[in-house]
Amino acid sequence: MSCCAPTEIISDLERAEHAGPSPEEMLLASRAVGNGLRQSDLAVPGIHCGACIQKIESALSRLDGVENARVNLSTRRVSVRWHEERMPPIVPAIEGLGYETHLFDPDAGTKDQTLAELIRALGISGFASANVMLLSVSVWSGAEGSTRDLFHWISALIAIPALAFAGRIFFRSAWNGLKHGRMNMDVPISLGILLAYGMSIYGTIHHGQHAYFDASVTLLFFLLIGRTLDHVMRERAREAVKGLARLAARGAMVLRPDGSRDYLPVEEIEPEMRILLAAGERVPVDASVEDGASDLDCSLVSGESEPQRVTPGAVIRAGTLNLTGPLTIRALAAAKDSFFAEMVRMMEAAEGGRNVYRRIADRASALYSPVVHLTAFLTFLGWVTLSGDFHRAITIAISVLIITCPCALALAVPIVQVVAARRLFESGIMVKDGSAMERLAIIDTVVFDKTGTLTVGTPRLVDPGAVNPKALGIAAAMAAHSRHPLSKALAQTGAAAPGLALAEVRELPGYGIEAQARGDLYRLGRADWALADGEASSEAGTVLAKNGKLLAQFTFEDRLRDGAGDTVRQLAAKGLKMEVLSGDRPAAVARLSRTLGIEAFRAGVLPGDKAGRVAELAAEGRKVLMVGDGLNDAPALVAAHVSMAPATAADVGRNAADFVFLRESLAAVPLALRISRDSGRLIRQNLAIAGIYNVIAVPIAIMGYVTPLVAALSMSLSSVLVVSNALRLKGAEKSAAKAEREEGGARHAMGTMEPAK
Amino acid sequence: MTILVYLIPIALLLGGLGLAAFLWSLKSGQYEDLDGAASRILIDEDDRPA
Repeated sequence: MSCCAPTEIISDLERAEHAGPSPEEMLLASRAVGNGLRQSDLAVPGIHCGACIQKIESALSRLDGVENARVNLSTRRVSVRWHEERMPPIVPAIEGLGYETHLFDPDAGTKDQTLAELIRALGISGFASANVMLLSVSVWSGAEGSTRDLFHWISALIAIPALAFAGRIFFRSAWNGLKHGRMNMDVPISLGILLAYGMSIYGTIHHGQHAYFDASVTLLFFLLIGRTLDHVMRERAREAVKGLARLAARGAMVLRPDGSRDYLPVEEIEPEMRILLAAGERVPVDASVEDGASDLDCSLVSGESEPQRVTPGAVIRAGTLNLTGPLTIRALAAAKDSFFAEMVRMMEAAEGGRNVYRRIADRASALYSPVVHLTAFLTFLGWVTLSGDFHRAITIAISVLIITCPCALALAVPIVQVVAARRLFESGIMVKDGSAMERLAIIDTVVFDKTGTLTVGTPRLVDPGAVNPKALGIAAAMAAHSRHPLSKALAQTGAAAPGLALAEVRELPGYGIEAQARGDLYRLGRADWALADGEASSEAGTVLAKNGKLLAQFTFEDRLRDGAGDTVRQLAAKGLKMEVLSGDRPAAVARLSRTLGIEAFRAGVLPGDKAGRVAELAAEGRKVLMVGDGLNDAPALVAAHVSMAPATAADVGRNAADFVFLRESLAAVPLALRISRDSGRLIRQNLAIAGIYNVIAVPIAIMGYVTPLVAALSMSLSSVLVVSNALRLKGAEKSAAKAEREEGGARHAMGTMEPAK
Repeated sequence: MTILVYLIPIALLLGGLGLAAFLWSLKSGQYEDLDGAASRILIDEDDRPA
């Protein structure tokens, strides 16, 4: 099946990194479903057609112990039910088919109750509005006397479940708003619907000519469509973020004093416990090293781009990645007191300090509601004094409320945000909240993290052409045996160079790799270890040595994220101030800032200071967009006016950020900004349209000329106008040539990653 | 106008049937995987008669 071969895009090197979850972790992440069965949910981002479904389902069903397997193509997930006593090798089976897969948390698999309620309400109000409208049309076309009364009574009956089920959603929100002394858009909506219904019942009892049952149910129906779309869009974005691979450790192998081993969830690890940490695992809690040596990747925790060497006695932080050698560590704190928890506390503090943002829709309704209610009241007073007819005055006052009932106004904002979220989704940008786009549209400062945000966080060999190809080949062959980031960079670059048959390859964690070939001893790694004593002093960095003699020297740099240069230029062209805040060494930060042309930068910044700097900018009256990925960025992400994180960010950062972009390119930042600003403009246009509609409709209503027919027509028309205006929002430009170029570029980049066979 | 006595209940009943069918399909999880349902019809199951 040629369309389903995601294998091509993952080289062997990449795959080695995705060491699947251990059986203990599988068990921890599954949930019991009764009858001795457990269910595991896995995300498989590579699923994209019917053949993939069949391949995965049939392969999984063939495994011993699997009860059933069901692929969900929409969410790209597989849920597998298996017998407790016989755990099947699920992950290896899926990976064997060439799909990348990872577990996600069992609590993420619960059904979406709100969506179910919204859709049920939508169905009921749709049914009610269609039938009531049918009866109303008969009345408008001339049904008289008792027939009209009958139709009105039936309409009243049909409208009851619609008000109860569909109306409840609005009433609840309106009541919550009022209880907290706030005016939201649902207050005038609820009032309008209830008054229209009440007055129609009154009119029907008195054999009146007009009833507004159709107005109240169609209003509910239209508004629910908007609300459901809004919910679906946001939920999709949230689900997509939830489905990303979890980066924090789920559990750890604890070594008991009696020598037995136990796999415990992170929450149950206590200080003084001894933990076995294999290469490729993340440190679960703050700990000190008891035994072993290795290199740690701290980029997600502190922003340092170079791996740190650790030896017994070193203190390591939760969240760092153990790269090269197995370690025995002793826990210093429980998970709730570890570095991660410290970040969470800082995030809460930052949250409290941030100004509460009031959404455009709420601000509009705070202005709008008093005006409308006052107008209706004055209309009532006017008609009472002029005509003295109490009943007539009430009827006209309520028709003013109905006609101004903010159908267009209530749709004006959410419908634009739904379209915008959809456009962003197509470009791989997840937006979690409608107000995030409103906030993004007004920023004037962008603060970037360095490692993992402006850069990819993986090193690249500088100027490979200058290195002797033969030496590069040897180095690449040796490096292929290690998962150290520098080794991986070397192995990728030198894969095409001629290799050498190696024997007795050994990795010495913290030092480098050693191998024998044709009687010679080769060493790749730290200069002071690889070279004989005499030469060591003058050399630094990573070297390849043959019997202690220097063969080649390698310099690495962190690779810039795709589109970083363009992004900075585009943002500068829009007049935005930019700043880099990094936990890395000053030299590395300065070099990168210079390359990109960002003048302001700070290096060696602690997590608290990052949030502090963002708060300081906010105090100066700036609206800050924070773009960051690390654990150490999380407090700053929360402190900022609006925040973005890449998909590779730490779990907390991803959850804290308003936007998460799934593609590698940093071009997501200007694109999100552009779409947010465009949608801000459309929202203002929509509010203007709704305003103009009211300016025309209200005088007619005050004069007392509004019949249910006029109300139904004008309300539908204004809603359609607002929705079609929202659809004008443009997404990312997609010219065929550009797409092709990107495709070609991607293939080229992947080509170089293929290891020599 | 007596015809209305039959017609209106019939119209409402049919509409109600449609609504009930929709609510049932919602409850039995038929909207959980819309893309998957579209693709699954193309899968050949091994259930041909012997």
